[in-house]
Amino acid sequence: MVLALGVSTLVAIALIAEMLTPQLTEAWERHRARRRRVPEFSFDPGRERRAEQTARELLRSCVSDDEWAMYRELGLIRVWGKYPRAHAGGEYAYLIYPHKPIVAYEPQTGRLLGEHCVTFPDETRPYGSSRLPDSDDVLAKWMALTGDERRLIGEANMHLPGRQVDPAQITRDLWRLSRWEQARMRELAAELNVSSQSNES
Amino acid sequence: MKPGHGEVVIAEGDVEVAADEARLVQQFRRQLDAGLWAAVPVEQENGRREAMMVRSFEEVPRDAERVIFFPRAAGG
Repeated sequence: MVLALGVSTLVAIALIAEMLTPQLTEAWERHRARRRRVPEFSFDPGRERRAEQTARELLRSCVSDDEWAMYRELGLIRVWGKYPRAHAGGEYAYLIYPHKPIVAYEPQTGRLLGEHCVTFPDETRPYGSSRLPDSDDVLAKWMALTGDERRLIGEANMHLPGRQVDPAQITRDLWRLSRWEQARMRELAAELNVSSQSNES
Repeated sequence: MKPGHGEVVIAEGDVEVAADEARLVQQFRRQLDAGLWAAVPVEQENGRREAMMVRSFEEVPRDAERVIFFPRAAGG
């Protein structure tokens, strides 16, 4: 009788332990997770400003003077597409904005072709964020587009125009870009005139 | 390129010096193994600037001044 009771008790304890073990383990893990010290990264505007300044210098050293002036004055860079034949034989170009999709359009008509949504996330998250400084994001897009357009477009998600960037804003930007180019051409022509006059005299 | 940093110099050296080259190759591979893309800014004869994407150290022009590593693209 005593033996039977003892065996029954042991079996009962084993069954209860079997049932409770996962819950106890989970509770212990939760307790440890609550006590674990998680590194906190606060947004530091000074650090971000310095990072952006460094990124701007790097961008400036890589792109042409025209592209740098375009970015500085308009906040975007235009890159010409390399494969006109692939696009029904017509010219096309991209507008690069910081942390926005790359917008493809037809320069001759201004028709928007699509948005290529792409990011360059740094998963090491040195300060808790995977987001590059604005100018680094622009430079990454510029390098990837000019270096291997097909690869970048292949990686991007393509959407119809207007999904993330307001078409009205792009229309305005294209107008600003054309005005900016006209002014730039006038400046260059004036410089050429001055240099040719000084050469003649 | 790094969030919160901007440009960070990883390694410097002269590829004509064997020890420097070995160190540059090692660092180059380490960055690519970490999943980064590598590009060399170049200037064409007509003055046009663009980047050249490189996937191995051998593809880097010997006269390249720098290689820029940046996170690989992902669909946004």
